[in-house]
Amino acid sequence: MATKKKTIRTIPQDRTPMREQDPQVRAKNFEEVACGYSLEDASREAERCLLCPDQPCVAGCPVGIDIPGFIKKIGDKNLRGAYDVLTGTNLLPAICGRVCPQENQCEGVCTVGESLEAVAIGRLERFVGDTAIKEGWVNIPYIEPNRFKVGIVGSGPAGMACAADMAKAGCDVTVYEAFHQPGGVLRYGIPDFRLPNTVIDAEISNLKKFGVKFECNTLVGRLFTIEQMIDELGYHAVFIGVGAGYPTMLNIPGDSLNGVLSANELLTRCNLMNAKEFPNFDTPLPIGRRVAVVGAGNTAMDAMRVSLRLGAEKVYCIYRRSRTEAPARIEEVHHAEQEGVEFHWLCNPVAVLDDGKGNVRGMRCVRMELGEPDDSGRRRPVTVAGSEFDFEADVIVYAIGTNANPIMGQTSRVKLNKWGYIGTDGSLATSVAGVFAGGDIVTGAATVIEAMGAGRKAARSMKAYLGIRDGELPYLSAKQGGTDSLFGIDLRERNFARVRVKQDSAAISTTTQA
Amino acid sequence: MSNFEIVRREDFSEVTYLLEVRHPLMAKAAKAGQFVIVMLNEHGERIPLTIADYDRVNGTITLVIQAVGKTTRQMQQECQVGTSLYGLVGPMGIPSPISHAKKVMCVGGGLGVAPIFPQARAFKEAGAYVIAVLGFRNKDLVFWEDKFRDACDQLILCTNDGSAGMKGLITDGIQVALEGHSNIDEVVAIGPPVMMKACAEATRPHKIKTMVSVNPIMVDGTGMCGGCRVKVGNEVKFACVDGPDFDGHQLDFDDLMLRLQRYTKVEKMASERWSESCRMTKQVGPSALDGMLPGKGVQKDLLELPDPFEEVPGG
Repeated sequence: MATKKKTIRTIPQDRTPMREQDPQVRAKNFEEVACGYSLEDASREAERCLLCPDQPCVAGCPVGIDIPGFIKKIGDKNLRGAYDVLTGTNLLPAICGRVCPQENQCEGVCTVGESLEAVAIGRLERFVGDTAIKEGWVNIPYIEPNRFKVGIVGSGPAGMACAADMAKAGCDVTVYEAFHQPGGVLRYGIPDFRLPNTVIDAEISNLKKFGVKFECNTLVGRLFTIEQMIDELGYHAVFIGVGAGYPTMLNIPGDSLNGVLSANELLTRCNLMNAKEFPNFDTPLPIGRRVAVVGAGNTAMDAMRVSLRLGAEKVYCIYRRSRTEAPARIEEVHHAEQEGVEFHWLCNPVAVLDDGKGNVRGMRCVRMELGEPDDSGRRRPVTVAGSEFDFEADVIVYAIGTNANPIMGQTSRVKLNKWGYIGTDGSLATSVAGVFAGGDIVTGAATVIEAMGAGRKAARSMKAYLGIRDGELPYLSAKQGGTDSLFGIDLRERNFARVRVKQDSAAISTTTQA
Repeated sequence: MSNFEIVRREDFSEVTYLLEVRHPLMAKAAKAGQFVIVMLNEHGERIPLTIADYDRVNGTITLVIQAVGKTTRQMQQECQVGTSLYGLVGPMGIPSPISHAKKVMCVGGGLGVAPIFPQARAFKEAGAYVIAVLGFRNKDLVFWEDKFRDACDQLILCTNDGSAGMKGLITDGIQVALEGHSNIDEVVAIGPPVMMKACAEATRPHKIKTMVSVNPIMVDGTGMCGGCRVKVGNEVKFACVDGPDFDGHQLDFDDLMLRLQRYTKVEKMASERWSESCRMTKQVGPSALDGMLPGKGVQKDLLELPDPFEEVPGG
């Protein structure tokens, strides 16, 4: 189809809106807020992509999706083709289309975005992903089993991305999960109204079709260690993607009162354990009339919006900096505002007040103002003397970040950095041979797509470590900006046998699935 | 996926029962002081239970449970030999440090008697002289007396009403042991927080190191939710990954007891609702559940006494 050259003048000027549930209605249910594009919406939005030669969006994507490629297919009404292009790099389009912070990534650098609103890349990606789920499309490449066994610890986004790549390379992949259901933060953390469980189920069942095995109820480190996976269970390489976990408490008086909980606890009870349906499900949840959530990241927004849906009359956001510094996605802040969350910027909690019976009665805060920029480049909030004030609340949720989960450090020789996260080199290899790590347990809390990016990066390193030729990495000399490697293998090593020979070859499963 | 088969069951009393569950990997990995999280069915809650024993040869772990809340009562009814648990994960927590102490007192109160057993045995195997002090309400609730007699050098059994062993509270038994032995190096105590607190107070003047094992409300058990946080000295610790054993002279027991009551009200409601549905099922006529229903004998006083080893509502 011969298309006229598109220019910024000829494309539809406004970004195609996505239908959303009415804020008043949706604040009372757990149905998805954003309803997704129709085919017409998607076609119109695809028109807005200039297919510019620079492709800044591809560089802006942590996993390097061929964005113009899939958008062009949508424009050609070839949805299956668009799905094929997407899954060439990203196996989980329905998830990423929903939860990526596109405004800081692909859409943030979009050429159209320089003069108009950027192309809605995330919405288009989601549209293709949803269509694939609806139509039951899966792209299972030809997989040639290579007798390598790969173990993945953690079934969150990092683990899933790594598992997909290793399975495609022909490895026999097993993913271990401590909870009773796979998905990690996608399952326990992100609420249904942002990422429905059906979408996670669909993406996981796709991974299973690749031959990936999921073992739930398995706490690696305690049930068996990372070292045992390599020495006794016959894994040739292991990827650790266990997430950061360990929520931070404020360390103010009243922290341990009943009614004070971490956002992780609130979200896990609600999302994974279905406490919202208590007593049909057995897990209870503290139901607040007035809920104060401390923090303004994406997790804080999720906690607030969950609280509203659980029936809170008032939900406050307490944040010590101003709106500009809030780490949450703009869209999430906006959604929370629409639904009726009251934002109290420049307020810092000083104490949680008790009712004399061990429960929360309210919170004492102090007003802040912004001073000089700190290490993070954000203006440092400083206390306004004598500005303390109290307000009433019966549930307080802390969403102020997490620390490193200590289990890996307690149970393995893998070296940690000074903050307790796993130390890795540039290729995400840890101090133990054959063991790689990525995602929040390496970087500290970040986003879903960054974790996926880390999972894929680790997969490339694992392939090189195992001596598997990586078709995606043709030869690039150092001069050309490459790594002097052919198919991911260092040229200086090509005459060395890299395959580890196991004494007990029967232990290596040969039942890799095609 | 979930194949955690129950291979043996023993009922110690109307409310206390033992389940032996097949899990060869866990039987191999488990150490004294660790715990598991159990889910009865898909709609269930995650409840932490301390591992009372493990059999590395037969590949099983043993749990001793007291039926007081909705989940533990439902388990009492439904967990028969041959059935499976929906979820079982562990062993969790840092294993109890088995030191080279020469003389150790192991104190177990009520259901805490079960999890103190692996510790008593481990100390004995490490060469220590082990004195076990066990406390029960009455003779009917006593279990594992022989098991302890075999594993320990001395056994002091106390019951509140004197129907077995000496009459008195567990602290009286501790006093007897302290008077009989001036050279106890270490005390390990497991039981309701009230009991562990009393035990810590009894040993404080003697400056004997006293470790207690806590079992607060948990969801994941992997350090992710922070629901199980306790105060130890001036620090906040998560029982699931930093514990479950802490120095009894440092632990804030009042804080622990308060936090255990978080869901008492809703738990009671769920429990009553469940009892009602059982009663209805029974009235409707012959059902598979007939004959397996517990009597109405779930003692009310048990429901009102918070005991972390009985049931942790809202896990």
